[in-house]
Amino acid sequence: MRIVVCVKAVPKPEEVGMNPETRTLDRSKARSEINPPDMHALEMAFALRDRVGGTVTLLSMGPPMFVPYLRLGLAMGADDAYLLSDRAFGAADTLATSYTLAKGLERIAATAGPWDVVLCGEESSDGATAQVPPGIAEWLDIPQATYVSEIAPGDGQTAPAIEVRREIKGGEERLRVPLPAVLSVAAGANVPRFFDPDRRAIAESAEVVVWDAAAVAADPALIGAAGSATTVAAVESAGRVERRHEMLSGPPEETARTLAGVIRAALSA
Amino acid sequence: MTSATPPTVVVRGPAYPPHEAAGIWVWVEQHDGVVEDVSRELLGKGRDLASRLAQPLVAVVLGAPQHAGVGAADAAALGADEVLVVGHAALAHYATDPYTDALDQLVRRRKPAILLLGATPDGRDLAGRLAVRLYTGLTADCTDLTIGPSGLLESHVVGFGGGIAAIITCQRHAPQMATVRPGVFPQPAATVRSNASERIRPASVDLDSAAERVRVLERQVHAEAGLTRAPVVVIGGAGTRGDFHLLEALAETLDGEVGATRVAVDQGWIGRDRQIGQTGVVVRPKVAIACGVSGASQLTVGISGADTVIAINSDAGAPLFDAADYGVVGDLFRVLPPLLAELRTDQPKAVTAERRPA
Ligand SMILES: Cc1cc2nc3c(=O)[nH]c(=O)nc-3n(C[C@H](O)[C@H](O)[C@H](O)COP(=O)(O)OP(=O)(O)OC[C@H]3O[C@@H](n4cnc5c(N)ncnc54)[C@H](O)[C@@H]3O)c2cc1C
Ligand SMILES: Nc1ncnc2c1ncn2[C@@H]1O[C@H](COP(=O)(O)O)[C@@H](O)[C@H]1O
Repeated sequence: MRIVVCVKAVPKPEEVGMNPETRTLDRSKARSEINPPDMHALEMAFALRDRVGGTVTLLSMGPPMFVPYLRLGLAMGADDAYLLSDRAFGAADTLATSYTLAKGLERIAATAGPWDVVLCGEESSDGATAQVPPGIAEWLDIPQATYVSEIAPGDGQTAPAIEVRREIKGGEERLRVPLPAVLSVAAGANVPRFFDPDRRAIAESAEVVVWDAAAVAADPALIGAAGSATTVAAVESAGRVERRHEMLSGPPEETARTLAGVIRAALSA
Repeated sequence: MTSATPPTVVVRGPAYPPHEAAGIWVWVEQHDGVVEDVSRELLGKGRDLASRLAQPLVAVVLGAPQHAGVGAADAAALGADEVLVVGHAALAHYATDPYTDALDQLVRRRKPAILLLGATPDGRDLAGRLAVRLYTGLTADCTDLTIGPSGLLESHVVGFGGGIAAIITCQRHAPQMATVRPGVFPQPAATVRSNASERIRPASVDLDSAAERVRVLERQVHAEAGLTRAPVVVIGGAGTRGDFHLLEALAETLDGEVGATRVAVDQGWIGRDRQIGQTGVVVRPKVAIACGVSGASQLTVGISGADTVIAINSDAGAPLFDAADYGVVGDLFRVLPPLLAELRTDQPKAVTAERRPA
């Protein structure tokens, strides 16, 4: 099984601020990490490879500062890594991002041979759209399954396919997904492994292949800001709700009486 | 295992120009004839937007023939000017391909200006695929929708766990698409309209395709939690260590519901339908009581609409205290029993938990 995992680096959400003058996001003080939901996609990929054999390839679109995070993925056990990086990719919304990643997948198949399945995280902690995985699937005109919590190996029917468990509202379903396909992995589906200390040194010098727009034959009209359908019209600090911040202390029975009073008052308001 | 010819990128181009577009569409999500709350909420909000733009509100119901009709009657009662119904065996259960094909065909035929979907797992699965098929802009997980000065849809989103708010627009593409979180808009009241049935129009789509598709082998849905309508939500986090007994007793005493943090859900202590927050449900109860919850921003966005927030946490430094009206520093297993006793000895009717009106 040849597996590609789409991962991105994201700023730690609690460290992103607002620049009050420019009214834009200030990520300068924020440290980054691999998008936490992508760790679950990685783990599912490794577990699948452990079971049925094959390779795990990492794919990302972003600035060169993503390279160390891809190396971290290599240290966790990935076989190779590709970064799509070009100034022209900047300011992309999910339409342009999913197009660019689809072009990268096309090129990986052409250069390194066809893949069977693409795993994505459930959503990115900065974009938080969950739109990129279905977008990639549509650009490539292949099947998708989102919120996948488990993969069972293919059942050996004529066409290659896998069986997956998908989380739905208030329950779950089992799907048979023909390959190749794009899956998004439900956050919390597994416990991501730590990086392999033995691979750390290898990973530090491992090559991350960097491709620009021309390398993946991306149409300039479909990438970056030009290829995006949505615009951020305004950004502001979210007005936090005003709360009373009243701390109750004292013996438990007294606290209980006060709390009961608070609850009763709130319910009859 | 690998397929002979690897897939290549297909570029379809825009469906129709924005100046030809009119109408506010809501995809009415129904399962076995039961309409999702978020779809009702969207019909309410859609009515506002339709009035602002002086354009019709159109509900689209897809499903098995016997179920789609039920959803359509609901949508007509909830104020849609027109209800497009597609009853088709291939639409009996949600599946990405037939649902995308059906909506794509209806949208291209009728050219709506705005298309709204609930941010449920199926709604997000469908919206993400359809937006690329239609080559248009989609804003995910909106917390508000407004109309800007030039008549553009303004989709409000919060990012970075609630710290930052942004307004997203889609000017050059149609339809302008958005998914909206369950629970952020009130449900409209159903009204009896004399000509409701005349507003329902069956529509046909071509769903025959030779392509090999995803097949649903089995679908299991458990009873739905009535979280978004509960006057009291008692939320348990990792601090419960999996013991929700006291929280359930408290919720029951107050005619409320139990919710949970993602950590509690991931541990398997409680169903995922009870997860509160950015990737769960947004609740607007009169009282939210969080027990053993640290207060990550992804959780607090889910209770920012609560009238009163009470936090019980053994760590005085827990961030949740910053988002609470009343805080108790202590072990929840010591704080809750006397509270329960207090509420139970109390004259029961003083705790009338009315349903939150809107
Ligand atoms: C993309 C993304 C989306 C997310 N979406 C959500 C979401 O929708 N909802 C959500 O909840 N989380 C979400 N999270 C996770 C979120 O960041 C936090 O990890 C989570 O909310 C923490 O859950 P918790 O408070 O139960 O656990 P913890 O952070 O472990 O906190 C447990 C708390 O319990 C207290 N405690 C322990 N024992 C006791 C006791 N006996 N009595 C009282 N207090 C006690 C501790 O002091 C601590 O503060 C998301 C994360 C990501 C990356
Ligand atoms: N720039 C990117 N590079 C690689 N993968 C991405 C990128 N953006 C999104 N993804 C993938 O798509 C998933 C969903 O992201 P999003 O749609 O932004 O919420 C992520 O978890 C990643 O797996």
